[in-house]
Amino acid sequence: MKRVLPAALATLLATTLLTSCAGGEGDDSGTVTLDYYSLAWQKESVAANKALVARWNKTHKAVKVRYVQGSWDNVHDQLLTSFEGGEAPDIIHDDASDLTDFAYGGYLADLSKLLPGELRSDIPRTSWDSTTMNGGKVYGVPFLQEPRVIIANKKLLERSGARIPTAGKPWTWDEFEKVSRRLTRPGKRFGTVWTMKEPVKQSVNLSLSTGGKVFTKKRTDDGTKNAVRFDRADSAVSRLINRQVNKDRTAPRSGLGMGGSDALPGFFAGKYATVPLNFSFRQQVQQQAPDGFEWTVLPMPRGEGPGQNAQGVVPQTLSVAQESEHKQAAADFIAYMSRPEHMAELAKGDWILPTGKKALKDPEINKKKDGWRTGVATAKTLRPSPALGVRGYAEWSDKIATPAFQRYYNGDTSHTALSDSLVHDGNLILNRYQR
Amino acid sequence: MSALPPRIHLARGTGRAAQYLALLCYLVFLAFPLLWLISTSFKSPQELGRIDPTWIPQHPSLDNFREAFEAQPLARSALNSLIVAGSATLISVAIAVPAAYILVRYRSKVSSAATGWVLVSQMFPFVLVIIPLFLLLKNVHLINSLSGLIIVYVVWNLPFSLWMLQGYVKAVPVSLEEAAAMDGASRFRTLRSVVLPLLTPGLVATLMFSFVTAWNEFFFALVLLKSPENQTMSVILTRFLGAEGVADLGPLAAASVLATIPSLLFFALLQRRLAGGMLAGAVKG
Repeated sequence: MKRVLPAALATLLATTLLTSCAGGEGDDSGTVTLDYYSLAWQKESVAANKALVARWNKTHKAVKVRYVQGSWDNVHDQLLTSFEGGEAPDIIHDDASDLTDFAYGGYLADLSKLLPGELRSDIPRTSWDSTTMNGGKVYGVPFLQEPRVIIANKKLLERSGARIPTAGKPWTWDEFEKVSRRLTRPGKRFGTVWTMKEPVKQSVNLSLSTGGKVFTKKRTDDGTKNAVRFDRADSAVSRLINRQVNKDRTAPRSGLGMGGSDALPGFFAGKYATVPLNFSFRQQVQQQAPDGFEWTVLPMPRGEGPGQNAQGVVPQTLSVAQESEHKQAAADFIAYMSRPEHMAELAKGDWILPTGKKALKDPEINKKKDGWRTGVATAKTLRPSPALGVRGYAEWSDKIATPAFQRYYNGDTSHTALSDSLVHDGNLILNRYQR
Repeated sequence: MSALPPRIHLARGTGRAAQYLALLCYLVFLAFPLLWLISTSFKSPQELGRIDPTWIPQHPSLDNFREAFEAQPLARSALNSLIVAGSATLISVAIAVPAAYILVRYRSKVSSAATGWVLVSQMFPFVLVIIPLFLLLKNVHLINSLSGLIIVYVVWNLPFSLWMLQGYVKAVPVSLEEAAAMDGASRFRTLRSVVLPLLTPGLVATLMFSFVTAWNEFFFALVLLKSPENQTMSVILTRFLGAEGVADLGPLAAASVLATIPSLLFFALLQRRLAGGMLAGAVKG
């Protein structure tokens, strides 16, 4: 041991120094190298991203892009530290919910004058709204989005005799409740399962489908002021979930603690007839479904009133760091990644939807198989999540809304108590951010 | 022994059997996550989606391992982890041994204050120090370099190593060192030839602790290493996670199994030296 330790120490140190010296970003030829921080994680999506970066690098001599792999799991902490330390990547892939704090913190560049008109017109106004704040500044290109859908056991659904909903004529929430009852066999099967590991996002986003929005905006002399509201329309879906779990027993209480993946084994085993899930979960369903298992993708239910056929989404975005010395070049790369054919490639890789109108017409994205077509038809009902642009949302969600919704869905507290907590305690937090 | 009545024999046998049973239960409890991870890594996506999971994969395959290697630079990241964890471990122990010796053998107000300060330094959470640390390393151009991360790990591991080794140094009888001094050994020679061999179990325990801590560390590595070619295993593992906790479970399990192998090997190689008792009979009285 006496001899081994110093030898090993010397070897490791030498290797380390060699490895550390091996890197190097300097370039004397005047070529600009931009860091592209990507959160793509599915194999196909990573491959699509890397292929596009390689193609860009092949065709652009003056501006090269380096692909830097990030992770959804810790994106906020990593970016915040990079921003604070002045080492942020030039091009940042994130989602719109993260942009609010970063934008108001002065970390992101305003892209409104840096993007080509073609891209501005290809992406719908509603999507741009999710990244436009702070007096009309655009802090990111919303290029991908993911609706929530219902994935259903096809045989059980057909056998129940229920009307099969289409994107043009989805179930109303009332119908959904009735169908769930028909599909439920006490002790054997639940009509649906609400996977509520993250209860706030779902509750807020689905409130749009009943004419609610949870967050109100008011223009004042000091700018836009947000407040929490939890009236009848805002809480209709939450009350329905509570009813299904605690009164009708058409959804299991055990599902409340689950993430989407956790519900799939029960879904395949026929324990749950339907599962509301994010659109990308289709890939897991397709991979994991046992042979012969038939499944179908249905649109989320809607409210009874006119215009109540919407749901909130948080688009994925591409932004430029304020500290980047090559903002126009970075914006050019974003425009390149957001070209219709590229946007479609990236969407297919992640099993989600592009925001661009042209990319949404891609034949592969419109195929019937695996529910793609249902998703595309749903696209026009997607609106920016009401939570976007609300300063203090993250704290409200973590400290107030998550425990309050968990208690409510679990049947431990009343609707009045939930409402009091969300509104009264919640507004104290929001007000602190808006002084 | 044979003179004991049969009833006492039986009672002792039963007691021993109960001890072994309790030990077995504890071992199963400890091993369960690793065994489950190994089982998961050999399962197909369809088997992972079953409601009645099986211990033994029905159709074991290496597909998850192949996919994990294809999707992420596992070999490179494992090498980075090995370099960082190995270097940090050796350096921190190399510093901690003489430091612990001095703090124990040369008692003064300064050494007491130093020991207290070392303990206080352990109370700062990662989140509190990360941004100042980031700026500090940036100023000396050590962001995105393995050397920078090694320095951080050395500093982070040192207090605990120091505290751990102090206990072991205290257990070495001073009379042995006095005997060495009588024979004309210098302080350094005494430390090297007398104290160090007797510290082997403590040294091994400290090495293991430091290595595993550095090998598993995630947050510093995440924030300080930017380039994919520099990233360590713990950071690479999160690449198998998507938004809202969705995971590519099979490849994640396969990569995690691979990530545990070096630590297991390290333990296997060093655990024999953990056995104490080297001091037995060293001095009389």
